[in-house]
Amino acid sequence: MAVPLKPNRSLNGPPVSYDSELERVEIELLLEGVFRHYGFDFRSYAYASIRRRLWKRIEAEGLSSISELQALVLHDTSAMERLLLDLSVSVTAMFRDPGFYVAFREIVVPLLRTYPFIRIWHAGCSTGEEVYSTAILLEEEGLLDRTRIYATDINDAVLQQARAGIFPLNRMQEYTENYIRAGGKKSFSEYYTAMYDGALFSPSLTRSVVFSQHNLVTDRSFSEFNVIFCRNVLIYFDRQLQNRVHALFYESLVMFGILALGSKESLRFSQYEPCYEKLHPREKLYRKAR
Amino acid sequence: MAYEIVVVGTSWGGLSALRELIRGLPGDFGLPLVVVQHRHKQSNHLLTGLLQDFTPLCVAEVEDKAPIVPGNVFIAPADYHLLVDDGHFSLSTDEPVRYSRPSIDVTFVSAADAYGDRSVGVVLTGANADGSRGLKRIHDRGGLTFVQAPQTAESPTMPNAAIKCVPDARVLTIAEIAQQIASVPVRAVQGARRSGVQ
Repeated sequence: MAVPLKPNRSLNGPPVSYDSELERVEIELLLEGVFRHYGFDFRSYAYASIRRRLWKRIEAEGLSSISELQALVLHDTSAMERLLLDLSVSVTAMFRDPGFYVAFREIVVPLLRTYPFIRIWHAGCSTGEEVYSTAILLEEEGLLDRTRIYATDINDAVLQQARAGIFPLNRMQEYTENYIRAGGKKSFSEYYTAMYDGALFSPSLTRSVVFSQHNLVTDRSFSEFNVIFCRNVLIYFDRQLQNRVHALFYESLVMFGILALGSKESLRFSQYEPCYEKLHPREKLYRKAR
Repeated sequence: MAYEIVVVGTSWGGLSALRELIRGLPGDFGLPLVVVQHRHKQSNHLLTGLLQDFTPLCVAEVEDKAPIVPGNVFIAPADYHLLVDDGHFSLSTDEPVRYSRPSIDVTFVSAADAYGDRSVGVVLTGANADGSRGLKRIHDRGGLTFVQAPQTAESPTMPNAAIKCVPDARVLTIAEIAQQIASVPVRAVQGARRSGVQ
């Protein structure tokens, strides 16, 4: 949709003349409407970031108010699909925060070796970059064949991308550097084939992966896991919703199961902090202890 | 008019500029100071340590949903956008804005939208134009705006861009900016000091 951007509108925020209280009312109404009509529940998302994403969509659709966006998405399913992509896709990278993967190899892998069978949940896996990173790591540690990875996301479109395993070729230099810093044991290029402007990752990496739709906000636990990855997903939720999701994770972990969060996420502001012990001073690796 | 938050943006040359700024703030500085400094995404907690030596205020990188309380210097973590909500922070991994994550504009705009005329924006040295649109937003919402005098900046590009965007901003040396933000009226905020960071 080619809409020329007005210079004062490219900040992903309302015009300064926009009444902040009214804006909040409109956003609540829009999210309520989306929930009741489509079943997607964004009502407890972090206000500052959902507001920014909504204005980005308003700008892209050439509209000028939240209410206009509400009318559009309620009457036009394809507009809702575009909004859903804006609201649900989290941008990530392979081996994002290499130090995390080093810690995972050193601390978590030895624990996983003690299990005959390992179940891992990637909650909010988006386009799958971190799922492939984990699969590569487990393959190199000889654990992939006794692991089942459940990779879930609210958004079916991104799951299809994740399943396809094709990532932009122009990111491979960055990913290769991350992989090396993350303690990778091979040459990163062994894992993919370059084709046109994409890198197709070896389908054998996903032999143990099940991609499936799951909504962290509304769906229940579906199994018991040894490890749950949920990195840089909860940052988009408000504190109340974070607590609800932490309850879900707590229920879904076996005793001594591992919870892996993003490097700037913390259990500190959640009521589940006392239930876990920290496995690393900096990286957000926690073990369910009680 | 009373204020509740100060947001500071800087890029090239930012470390020594930030040191000078926070060294000029008293130990009982009554506003939370939020710093967005462009840096490499793999950079670690080094910046926090380098600044802590210069202030009795508590310097720490922001974790998601940390409460925004006085007595702290909050540093935007590398490779995240830092958004200001009413009373707490939220992080985001949305696309970089003009190649930057954290983006100064993103933080300034969210501070302006959440705190309106209770916000103070400061643009220091830097080699790009990030921050100017955000500073304008703070100004348009009735907040207070400062820009480091370009001739005193290690890299004048960012101050010049900010002055062009916000001609009414107070253009001063860093020492003067510190002095002025240390003496703005503070709006009393509930919540304990220094509870926001480790």
